[in-house]
Amino acid sequence: MSKLQIESVSRVFAGVRGGPPTQALEKTDLIVEDNDFITILGPSGCGKSTLLRIVAALDQPSTGRVLLDGQPVLRPGPDRGMVFQSYTLFPWLTVRENICFGLREKGMPEAGQTGIAASYIEKVGLRGFENHYPKMLSGGMQQRTALARALANDPKILLLDEPFGALDNQTRALMQELLLGIWEADRKTVLFVTHDIDESIFMANRVAVMSARPGRIKCDARIELPHPRHYTMKTSPEFSRYKAQLTEEIRAEAVKAVQQMQG
Amino acid sequence: MFEPLKPVPRGTRVLLGTIFFVLFFAAWALVTFGGIIDPLFLKDPWYTLSIGWSLFTEFNFIEDVGITVFRVFGGFILAAVVAVPLGVAMGAFKSIEAFFEPFISFARYLPASAFIPLLILWAGVGEAQKLSVIFIGSVFQVVLMVAMIVGGTRRELVEAAYTLGADASGIVKRVMLPGAAPQIAETLRLVLGWSWTYVIVAELVGASSGIGYMIMDSQRLLDTGMMIFGIFTIGVIGLASDFMFKWVNQKLYP
Ligand SMILES: Nc1ncnc2c1ncn2[C@@H]1O[C@H](COP(=O)(O)OP(=O)(O)O)[C@@H](O)[C@H]1O
Ligand SMILES: [Mg+2]
Repeated sequence: MSKLQIESVSRVFAGVRGGPPTQALEKTDLIVEDNDFITILGPSGCGKSTLLRIVAALDQPSTGRVLLDGQPVLRPGPDRGMVFQSYTLFPWLTVRENICFGLREKGMPEAGQTGIAASYIEKVGLRGFENHYPKMLSGGMQQRTALARALANDPKILLLDEPFGALDNQTRALMQELLLGIWEADRKTVLFVTHDIDESIFMANRVAVMSARPGRIKCDARIELPHPRHYTMKTSPEFSRYKAQLTEEIRAEAVKAVQQMQG
Repeated sequence: MFEPLKPVPRGTRVLLGTIFFVLFFAAWALVTFGGIIDPLFLKDPWYTLSIGWSLFTEFNFIEDVGITVFRVFGGFILAAVVAVPLGVAMGAFKSIEAFFEPFISFARYLPASAFIPLLILWAGVGEAQKLSVIFIGSVFQVVLMVAMIVGGTRRELVEAAYTLGADASGIVKRVMLPGAAPQIAETLRLVLGWSWTYVIVAELVGASSGIGYMIMDSQRLLDTGMMIFGIFTIGVIGLASDFMFKWVNQKLYP
């Protein structure tokens, strides 16, 4: 059985103040297998966040349904961990307390929480910062904490909505390697939204390209690059071939998106 | 020198603030000692200070101060105990807000001082009446402000908590409350300041003790020095309680 099934999910937002309704997402199907790392690539405004939020059940689809391990998802829950583009650490909690948040909500005893938190603090390279508050951390470190916080719950699937979008290029590249390293070790099922072509290829074993608004998945490309992947791979000929192919796909959509805005 | 938002060094700030006080007292001394204003209407600073001293040493003024402070904090704490939980519930749950908000928005414009005659009828001239005036004066304001603060919780934080497995009560207790706590504390500090106005109004009518009563009583004696000293006392205690509150807030929410 597939890990996650997205079945003809669409979303129409009611118009604001009598305006016309917005079709953010056209009927979309996507099957995610166990241990898949799928990136969803598309120009901004094409409905990537909408799709991910529906999977998290932070938003309800207008049609269709989402199944996780064959069960329809109805409410948000710890089985679908999420990392957002905006910083969402709880400012009144330290790094460790943030990472323990989900475990605490589960009612896990404190001793168990600390052990799990320690191992994820180690994995995301935050040793020595356990007792820092979010405002004392750089953007990259905040997103590492958010990643550790989502992973500590041991979710069935990890949802990431442009998690590195606000970071500078160097930090972003390091974070990609960090996440990829964690995935190569644990093989957690991941759905990763991005508008960055390089990122979508480097991270994924499958790239789902979305069309301009109203979004739908117009192409599903398998990425056959070997693991473990090293950043030098981004300059290899195979990588360039994937990049050329996806650039063609996405360019047409980006042009459409711009025309929509002007028209 | 007048560059918008440009910070001033701490020393300069304290100096400027002190200069104003000095100028204020100098102007007061000038118009009274200089004979520009009749002492019947305004006593000089020296007289005011010495009558203040004798108020404490001979007329047991400290008891009046104590009873006034008790009324302010008593009424304020009662209001906070009712208003904070209600405000949190309204901020978190829109149906509760829809139920209470229209009435409270209306009640907030009911002037607490106008209730005094009614309250005297209902509760007599005892402590219950004084506490009620302060309670009525603050409770509605606190409810609405707390509801607004809690309702303004960042949506992303709530959503993140949902994806981490929090339920409704977890969201309220462990996301909305801690997130709103520093601003709620600031609101309470502000409203405590207003309570000082209400208590004096309550003591001006139908009281036999308290700073307000003393001010009323000095009018009978036509002693402007005593009145001014009473008013200053309120200012000083108000400022002190404000500093204390601010200090506690800073310790709790750095
Ligand atoms: N809550 C909402 N109400 C109305 N329109 C929305 C809402 N959320 C998103 N949209 C619209 O839906 C479209 C897709 O948005 P989104 O999923 O955020 O795109 P992406 O994440 O790909 O940039 C956009 O045109 C956006 O304006
Ligand atoms: Mg988005």
